[in-house]
Amino acid sequence: MTVNPSLDQSEILGHFGPYGGRFVPEALIEALDSLTAAYEAARIDPTFIAELDHLHKTYTGRPSIITEVPRFAEHAGGARIILKREDLNHTGSHKINNVLGQALLVKRMGKKRIIAETGAGQHGVASATAAALMGLECVVYMGEEDTKRQSLNVARMKLLGAEVVPVTQGSKTLKDAINEAMRDWVTNVDTTHYLLGTVAGPHPFPTMVRDFHRIIGVEARAQVLELTGKLPDAVLACVGGGSNAIGIFHPFIDDLSVRLIGLEAGGSGVASGKHAATITGGTPGVLHGTRSYVLQDENGQTVESHSISAGLDYPGVGPEHAYLSDIGRAEYQAITDAEAMEAFSLLSKTEGIIPAIETAHALAGAMKLGRELGPTATLLINLSGRGDKDVDTAARYFGIPL
Amino acid sequence: MTPLSELFEKTRAENRAALIGYLPAGFPSQQECIDAISAMVEGGVDAIEIGFPYSDPVMDGPIIQAAADLSLSQGTGAKEVFSTLKAVASTGTPAVVMTYWNPIERYGVENFARDIAGSGGSGVITPDLTIEEAARWRDSVKKENINSIFVVAPSTKDDRLAKVTEQCSGFIYAASLMGVTGTRTSVSSSARDLVTRVRKVSDTPVAVGLGVSTRDQAHEVAQYADGVIVGSAFIRLLQESQSMGEGLIRVRELAQSLAEGVRR
Repeated sequence: MTVNPSLDQSEILGHFGPYGGRFVPEALIEALDSLTAAYEAARIDPTFIAELDHLHKTYTGRPSIITEVPRFAEHAGGARIILKREDLNHTGSHKINNVLGQALLVKRMGKKRIIAETGAGQHGVASATAAALMGLECVVYMGEEDTKRQSLNVARMKLLGAEVVPVTQGSKTLKDAINEAMRDWVTNVDTTHYLLGTVAGPHPFPTMVRDFHRIIGVEARAQVLELTGKLPDAVLACVGGGSNAIGIFHPFIDDLSVRLIGLEAGGSGVASGKHAATITGGTPGVLHGTRSYVLQDENGQTVESHSISAGLDYPGVGPEHAYLSDIGRAEYQAITDAEAMEAFSLLSKTEGIIPAIETAHALAGAMKLGRELGPTATLLINLSGRGDKDVDTAARYFGIPL
Repeated sequence: MTPLSELFEKTRAENRAALIGYLPAGFPSQQECIDAISAMVEGGVDAIEIGFPYSDPVMDGPIIQAAADLSLSQGTGAKEVFSTLKAVASTGTPAVVMTYWNPIERYGVENFARDIAGSGGSGVITPDLTIEEAARWRDSVKKENINSIFVVAPSTKDDRLAKVTEQCSGFIYAASLMGVTGTRTSVSSSARDLVTRVRKVSDTPVAVGLGVSTRDQAHEVAQYADGVIVGSAFIRLLQESQSMGEGLIRVRELAQSLAEGVRR
């Protein structure tokens, strides 16, 4: 099984309680309607499901394994800690799950060009990879600031044949890359699919992208049950837009004994104002086509986010997370840059796994929770990406000469 | 009936199109914006759209983005938008606010509609509010008797066109092409097709925006539309001018030339 077998009525209309929906120029409605229809058809089409399954097995390397990390767990109150290894996927993160699903849809819709936004570069690399695999033209919008922070991923995208457009407007980060991708899409919507990389944006993206990532949680739930004989006490994941988190959370939503914990980027601390913890420190609003929590000022202007992690440096968050937070089914906490980097270093040195800095936020959350719950607890963490792309940033942070 | 609706009755009687000019509030500064709008009106602009500058304007090209950024950097917010609206409307010129949705939601949907009416505004253009999300807004504009103006696009299918235009009053904003705001060398032929399709489902006046910047383009659009909307071309003149004095002269000249264009 690769996609979500059932949707409830409100999700068909793209709403999660008061969140979600569509706030976009009218010019995009036709494309969003066509995309929704194509996805609704593909979701239950055995041919589509088989094609995607085949790619998962033969291209991505699914199912991804789980790894228990006892030496790391010694620093987390001795809790039992299990990692879902999305870092071992082809291209190095969970992003490939969504990208392959959408790229297959693009082929079905007969479009030849995809555009994508990227922050850390992981979604850009995954999009460029899928474009190369399926013979599509690919343009990736990336904030100029991020092209500097993540120059290695810029080179990777170019090697894969994609065009990378540095975005010089606004804060020159992910949010501005999304603005520019939306402008491209409005202009070229006949020929172009916007391969949005997270569970935000207008309907159907939040549900569709979630469904393509549900495989993470579906696999992990079965793997943890097989290993431990019971469900974990908590599932933890980092949250920027929230795609890896919703992917692992969603199959556990009905398991009410399992705490779902999203770790947001606390930057220099939420109180400092320099952070990207949208649910923890934001307010309900509309950004990039969806209603959710937003970092905004009293006039509704988006406030710039701050994080050491380019992939979490986003002032919005997926609408389903906003809803899960409001109804109390999931908890969201902020992890500072310093806490994340400590966890980054610790996992590297105790387990020989260098995580992405994004993912390190989830690890830091697990260290806190493990200390709180003690050795009887079992924690499942989505290890959403590997840290190769972050070697530069980490070396500078820890003062390692390059 | 709002001043905007009265204007379209008048221009229809005169067998011409209305000329609608756009400027973001607070650009180039709070007072200079009002001065530039006065120059537009002196030159022959019939109605004014005051933009609420927004941090993430996905419908706008580089010219309006730069103007909005400058305005925001000077602290423009709802207070400045409403005071600009008041200043323009008090001179008798029909005026509306054009804003992305989030500033309305942040201000309070009912309060925003109330303060538009209270400032003498005729209505609001909402470029990223879809009719599916507009229930509260519909109630508010109805209560305040102001115009609710939605945008339709060349890609909007006929059945949807009927639904969206049904929600419009004052005028229907027809986007001339698939794209963002900005000046272009020619007006897309898709504009005429779109207006023709709108006419089949609605009697509300139709104004065409996106890409119109010259007298000839205005003249061409005026042959089939009730209104011609010009924004980026005015902003660009102000951006390019060495002084505000020069900018005002050039804005007035462009307005005069466009006003000739809309008279068939």
